[in-house]
Order: sequence, then C-alpha cells, then structure tokens
Amino acid sequence: MKSYKILDNKDTRSGFGVGLLQAGQADERVVALTADLKGSVKMDSFAKAFPDRFYECGIAEANMIDVAAGLATAGKIPFAGTFANFATARVYDQIRQCVAYSNKNVKICASHAGVTLGEDGATHQTLEDIGLMKMLPGMTVIVPCDYQQNIQATVAAAKHVGPTYLRFGRPKRPVFTTPDMEFVIGKAQLLNEGKDVSIFATGHLVWEALVACEKLEERGISAEVINIHTIKPLDVEAIIKSVMKTGCAVTAEEHQLNGGLFDSVAQAVIRHNPVPMEAVAVMDEWGQSGTPDELLKAYHLDSDSIVGAVLKAIVRK
Amino acid sequence: MNVNELNSVAMQVRRDVLRMINGAGSGHPGGSLSCTDYIVSLYFSEMNVNPEKFTMKGENEDVFYLSNGHVCPALYSVLARRGYYPVSELATLRKFGSRLQGHPSISHGLPGIRMASGSLGQGLSVAIGHALAKKLDGDKSIVYTLHGDGELQEGQIWEAAMFAAAKNVDNLISAVDYNHLQIDGRVEQVVSLGDLKAKWESFGWIVLECNGNNISEILTTLKKAKSMLFNGKPVMILLHTTMGFGVDFMLDDCKWHGTALNDEQLSAALKQLPETLGDY
Repeated sequence: MKSYKILDNKDTRSGFGVGLLQAGQADERVVALTADLKGSVKMDSFAKAFPDRFYECGIAEANMIDVAAGLATAGKIPFAGTFANFATARVYDQIRQCVAYSNKNVKICASHAGVTLGEDGATHQTLEDIGLMKMLPGMTVIVPCDYQQNIQATVAAAKHVGPTYLRFGRPKRPVFTTPDMEFVIGKAQLLNEGKDVSIFATGHLVWEALVACEKLEERGISAEVINIHTIKPLDVEAIIKSVMKTGCAVTAEEHQLNGGLFDSVAQAVIRHNPVPMEAVAVMDEWGQSGTPDELLKAYHLDSDSIVGAVLKAIVRK
Repeated sequence: MNVNELNSVAMQVRRDVLRMINGAGSGHPGGSLSCTDYIVSLYFSEMNVNPEKFTMKGENEDVFYLSNGHVCPALYSVLARRGYYPVSELATLRKFGSRLQGHPSISHGLPGIRMASGSLGQGLSVAIGHALAKKLDGDKSIVYTLHGDGELQEGQIWEAAMFAAAKNVDNLISAVDYNHLQIDGRVEQVVSLGDLKAKWESFGWIVLECNGNNISEILTTLKKAKSMLFNGKPVMILLHTTMGFGVDFMLDDCKWHGTALNDEQLSAALKQLPETLGDY
C-alpha cells in the first residue's frame, strides 16, 4: 500500500485556527464569532489580528448563530465557532430558519465533536451532528481528517458560497496529509488503491482506516481507502467507482450509525451498485468519560474494529 | 408624506390585509392590523429605502426585519404599495407557487425580504448582525425590527437584548407591537412580561413609548428615536396597540390572532375601511 507517515501529532481544531487566520488575511469580509470558547476553538490568533472583525457573543449560542446570519445578509463571511453540540443541537432551529432555509453564507464551525473529545463525557460528545446538518437542504457538511486538512478545509469553506458545516475535534491525533494534497469540497480523496474492499472513512477515523489497511495487507487483503471529507455533497461517482471494483464496503465514522456517513454512502450504493456493506460507527449509544484512545476502542471505532468489519464484509461478497 | 396621506395608505393596507387573508382562507389578521400604522410610518416616511433596486445587502439604506413573521400580510401590502413589486401579486398570498409565502421567506425571491421569519425570537439577533456589519462598513444607515409582545417570551430575545447593549449596537431601532394578546389569550395570563419598559432599560436600552395606532405619535417617536442613535445604546419603542385595530368587531380579541375572515365578515369589515389607493 501507499505509505503514510505520522508527520506530527496535532489537534484538528488548531488547523481551524490557522485556516481561519489565513482566510481572514485573504478576504476582509471574513468575520468570526464565538460563544465564550475563543481559546478552545482556536480563534485567538484571528481575534488578535482582526479585533474589529471578531465578535465575542458570550454563552448565548442562539443569538450568535442569528447574528452571524445577519452579518452574512450584509455581505460578510461569518465563521461562528463553538463546541459541536452547542453549534448544532442547541441551535438547530436558528440554523434551520436563518442559515439553511434563508441560504446565508454562514460557516458553522464545530469543534470537540465525537467521542474523542474524551474526558468531558457524553453531554459534550456530539455524535448526531452530521445527521442534523446533512438533513438541511443546501447545507454543505465537511469533516476534515487531520490538522493539515482542516487548514485547507477552512480556507476552502471561506471561498465556498453557501451554508457550511465544518466539523472537527479536540485531541491531538496523527497528522498525515500534506499541503500538496489537493482539497476540493465535494471531491473524495483516494488515499490508497485496493481491490478487495472499499473503506470509506471520515474525520479522525481516516487515520484508523489507514492503520487498518496496513493490518489487512499483512493478511493478504488489499483495501482501498477513501477519505470522505465532504459528507454533503457526497462524491457519489468516486464511491460507486470504488465499489464496482472491490465489491464490498466498510464505512468508518466517529458518529452515530443513524444519520452519519454510513447512511449517506449506503444511499448511494443501494441506488447505483448494491454491494455488501458494514459499518464502524457508534451503535445507538451514549458516550462517556475516558481518553480518546480508550473510547475509540470501547466504542469499536479503532483500526482493529475496521479490520473486523472488513472481514465481515468480504465474507458476504 | 403628511399624516393624512399616511393614514390613507394605512387604510388601504388594512383593506389589503383582510382581503388577502380572506382570499387565502387562512392567516393572521389581528396582529397584521395592530402593526399596520408602524410599518406604514417606516416605509412611507421614516426609512430611507430603495424599492426599485432591492439588494440583500441594503448598502447605504435602512433595513427592516419583521421578527414576528406571521403578521407578514401587513408587510407584504406595504412593500407592494411602496413599489417593491406589483400590488396585483398580493392576491397570491399563501397560494402554491407564490412569492408571498405564509411566513416570510427569501427562497422565493420576494423583493424586500432579507430573512425568513416565523419561528419566533430570532429577528433581533439577525438585525444586530446586520447593524454590526453596517458599522464595519462605515454605513450610517439604520436597522429596524418589529416584534410581537408574546414573542418576548422567547429566551433568545433577551440574549440579543443583552448582547446589543453590551456591544453598543446603537444603529438599531426595535419595536414591540404591544397589543397584549397571543394565541392562548392575554399575554398577562399566558406568561406576563411584567414591567416591560423597566426590563428593556435594565438591559441597557433606551426605551420610548407611544400609541402605536396613531401615526402622528409614531412619527414623533421615531424622530426622537433617530435623534438618540449613535450614542452607545440601542433604542426600543413600545408600541401600545390594539389587536384588530380598524375593525370594530375584531378589536382586542385573540380569536383574530390566526383566523381568516369569511366573506360576510370581510364585507362588514371593508365597510369600515374605505378604499383609498385602489384595491389590487
């Protein structure tokens, strides 16, 4: 397989911070808002560079989202950032009416998503947000896989016109993408070519999928690994092309099975080229406190779980 | 326009509202009638707007956000009468394919509407966002909002109220259509707003009050409000109004919050509202 090295260990949220600053430098219409989480979502450097274009909204997320919608109406490109739960579930109606239905160019930036948030526990470990956001007509849903990719995704989100959801995480995870790897919203990334199974992964689980790919290779199984960094619009063409070759698929995501990547990929596969599919996802459970690695293992989201799902899928071919 | 002319526009708008809702077979006439005089005063006298060239951004013009979207028939009529689109389109309210959706929407491209509303409590935050953008751009025009009184039970209103004062959003004039009625009855009985003036003042706003069904008083109050802007504080106008204003049998009765007039009722109501600008 193609070899991916751990180039660094960094949090995806810090990639957002770097990308936001770059986007702000490139376009003066870019403004940023937070709800008392400036440091946690890494908006400090933007706030320092552009104090007039940064709005501290306090602990009032509903107001923040609609203020962002008003700023967008007036031609600004607002990035509204907070923890994923407060950026979605808490403000769903605000996003629905004033961002999605009203087609405003608001970037909803959700940090600390998934079980890898870790010790804070289930109140903060959002596992439903991709589903909530992708159900809204017109919403673009982006889940970058590492620090470097989140820099690119944030810059791309600023250039993309329309409601956008950008989901990322808290802990330090392996950085394996490089700036020369092209990032295009809506275009899946083929990370490794294979012939026996397609692994479609998103977010932190893309790295787990690459580790699983190595383990599978040792067993003589050739896995294709595709990074679905954009859940919506989904790159259906890339998905179908891959499953037509491999004949089975596994999805891997740090999200509930209901409403997440598996749903989206399965819709495409069932419509165009049905093949056996298995899922690595959270199976209708709540998270809990723990370290990111403990939780990935406990909720069967780690590379070994992906290997297990692949073996099940291949048997069903 | 002088007060007589504005009253004449308001009379026609009330006719439009009742005919539109009757034609649709559903809608919210009570609040539409109580806020008519305020919206007419804004668009035909106090706001600097550009109906011929509507833009979403509203650069260098005043913008208005209707937060209590269900009273949109009054706004739709005012926008048409002001020249944003043909008055004939008023006949399409709530009908399939119409730009005049049951609650305001931008997805159908109706000139004059910048944001969907209907789910309550959100328009103040939106307006604050627009006002902040105007400040960034050095645009000295004003952002206006209108809210229902029942709508103030939404918590987000108070998030926005706190935020606007804290951030010195002083290019904003908000107003409450204080008709004391909501769907389930009198606001005081559903969930009392208490001392509304004191509440807004304690949140850091300048609060003005007037009879919201008296155009002369509205104009005086709006002029005063404008003179107090750009001084660090947002301004709130409490419009003391009566639901169903203009039609005797609709006055102060929450039944008319969301009930269309039947043909007989419409005919009786229109006798009290003579045609002034020509029916659509």
